[in-house]
Amino acid sequence: MKFWREPLDLKDIRVPHGEVHVLTERCKGCGWCIEFCRRDVLEVSDEINAKGYHPPQAIKSEACVSCGLCELLCPEFAIYIIEKEGEATLL
Amino acid sequence: MKENQKNVLSGEFFMQGDIACAEGAICAGCRFFGGYPITPATEVAQQMSKRLPLVDGMFIQMEDELASMNAVLGASWAGQKAMTATSGPGASLMMENLGLGIMLETPCVLTNVQRGGPSTGLPTLASQSDMMQAKWGSHGDYSIIALAPSSPQELFDLTIHAFNLAEIYRTPVLVMTDAEVGHMTEKVVIPPQEEIEIVPRRKPTVPPEEYLPYRVAPGEWVPPMAVAGDGYYIHTTGLTHDERGYPATTDDSVQWPLVQRLIDKIEKNKDDIVMLEKDGLDDAEVVIVSYGIAARTAMWPIQIARDEGIRVGLLRLITVWPFPDKQIRELAGQVEGIIVPEINMGQIVREVERCAAGQADVISVPHPGGDIHDPQKVLNAIRKAVGREVEE
Amino acid sequence: MGLEMNGYRLDKSIEADSESEGLVEEIHGHHPMDDLLRTERLPHIWCPGCGLGTALTCFLSALRRSELDLDKVTVTSGIGCTGRVAGYVRLDSFHTTHGRAIPFATGLKMGNPELKAVVFSGDGDLVTIGGNHFIHAARRNIDMTVICVNNFNYGMTGGQAGATTPIGGLTTTTPYGDYEYPFNVSALAAASGAVYVARWTVLHARRLERSITEALLKPGFSMVEIISPCPTGFGRRHKQREGLDTMRYYHEHGVIKHGADPRETDIKLGGAIIEGKFVDIDKLTFLEQRARRLEQVLGKRK
Repeated sequence: MKFWREPLDLKDIRVPHGEVHVLTERCKGCGWCIEFCRRDVLEVSDEINAKGYHPPQAIKSEACVSCGLCELLCPEFAIYIIEKEGEATLL
Repeated sequence: MKENQKNVLSGEFFMQGDIACAEGAICAGCRFFGGYPITPATEVAQQMSKRLPLVDGMFIQMEDELASMNAVLGASWAGQKAMTATSGPGASLMMENLGLGIMLETPCVLTNVQRGGPSTGLPTLASQSDMMQAKWGSHGDYSIIALAPSSPQELFDLTIHAFNLAEIYRTPVLVMTDAEVGHMTEKVVIPPQEEIEIVPRRKPTVPPEEYLPYRVAPGEWVPPMAVAGDGYYIHTTGLTHDERGYPATTDDSVQWPLVQRLIDKIEKNKDDIVMLEKDGLDDAEVVIVSYGIAARTAMWPIQIARDEGIRVGLLRLITVWPFPDKQIRELAGQVEGIIVPEINMGQIVREVERCAAGQADVISVPHPGGDIHDPQKVLNAIRKAVGREVEE
Repeated sequence: MGLEMNGYRLDKSIEADSESEGLVEEIHGHHPMDDLLRTERLPHIWCPGCGLGTALTCFLSALRRSELDLDKVTVTSGIGCTGRVAGYVRLDSFHTTHGRAIPFATGLKMGNPELKAVVFSGDGDLVTIGGNHFIHAARRNIDMTVICVNNFNYGMTGGQAGATTPIGGLTTTTPYGDYEYPFNVSALAAASGAVYVARWTVLHARRLERSITEALLKPGFSMVEIISPCPTGFGRRHKQREGLDTMRYYHEHGVIKHGADPRETDIKLGGAIIEGKFVDIDKLTFLEQRARRLEQVLGKRK
């Protein structure tokens, strides 16, 4: 991140990192997680699950900051994030 | 009658029928009443509103009868013995949710103090014109228990009995009384508490992981009931449901056993449920089959007929539903005629005709509602049945 | 690996696919919410793009945060798509008749005041057929939390008009466009005496979750209105063929105004959707009022 002036507590801020878990058989392809991920981590995959939907896949998983919005928005309980301990980075 | 903090007011009273109904409920352990005012059942609600707070119970006057019935079901699912009281128009409103109570297998009591109908009818005058509605009022196939008292004392006793039956069979039970009995003031004896038999709710004996809300042991008909807050995490639905309580609506595979069991749990236990009062049946030529107040008012014409030498018996149906098919069929084979006086245009007489199956003449003595029978009419029916002259 | 059909890859292996750099694909895995769900009934019946799953996720998340004793939480719902929520939560739950969830929940609460009564149902069920019960429970300030999912139509039966359908709304029973004035659910609740009224769309999931937590912990009649997409019943008739289109619509039209006067938050087709916490007041609950009155009157007689 570029700052005009370096914040005094910059060295204390830790940005978490998350691991994306997709339960592919539950996905109904609504596309909300992909659309509303602020870090553009996800996109539609070419896979089809048994019901005929395309689950999401992570294309930029290193960008996931474990905000959990996809987990909260998903109507199907098909995606969740596990925050990876010790992988938080400095801002 | 002074408000009293004891729940069983043992003693002898000169008590109105509706009040006796409320007192009976409290003796039976009813601690929830959700109702709506309607003549001639308002007094039940009034008495409950006075007494329930004194016995740590909950009274709530709901916004309409639909809400009342649902509140009763909810309270039962929270573990309480619950009841409501209404009359014809309110009973019609309660029908859908009576069906819900039957489908969820919820113990509760619904008192219908019948009045003249149809529609608004005669609010202050009696009838017995909701008897068929008691059995067929809600949509779908099911069986129900309906009791018919003919005095305030009996209304007291049968209300207690209704709560017990409700718990045993996990079903709503109807107490079908009428404005005459409901508003009549008569001697009512409330026995000491130890003499009143109360059936408690049957709880599951297995832990939550092993419990299925609608699984019935082989040879039994009624599952034990875990309620909200017991930690069993039950789900139940008005949809056709499997043993787990989950909807099973994609085909009829669950419908068959479920509906059959809902009907059988009452019909196959008729011998335990049916209650009849018999008088002079052994050598009878004709029999009066009746229930409620009409049975009571038939006793005078019966006496006169007997004095005239007619051998007339009385079979009083204390339980009208489930209908005593077997007993009526047997009776029809032994007598020439069955006379059915009822304050309606002929409802239970159809059941009698069905069971008599042509073995005896079945004579209806209808009344559109608004008064008790003219004893002359009943007497004439008796005389006519044995071929004697009738008086106008 | 690599079965192909029409150019798409089908992966039919039972084992989870290998992790591809930070994405773990589980075929039938375990979601953190699963212990609050009746997972044997998943996937649920709701359409792709329906917001009910999100509403349910927010509710369960809020329930966890509220730290209420789950043994005592009851969920009652009525008939309709939202009504199916009761069937998916692993709590004491009741799927009752159309419009009558609130009186049933009243009975539960009155029968055992230790229970926490939650009513989770739709706009048709709660304020159309169930309107009478809704306003009376609010009037009495019965201690219950009502979650009303508003998708502006009767979705389960194919998309008919209800009391919340906006003017001009196209439904199967308003093929020429609805001409009836609709209810504003939040205004109705506030006018009837609810102590907590909030409205959020499912897009604003975090704020929704927070509101539900507040509503659950607030004594008295608290109501959270959740504006949710219904692509099959409503959205597709209004140029929002997928749930995603409706979510984008919420993104553009949602306006957060805490403390707004509920009467000024009507929802019109194409207009702003005003969201926020509208009412948060304190009032004695039904049971508290009752206890006070009985103590006053009967306490003296002892």
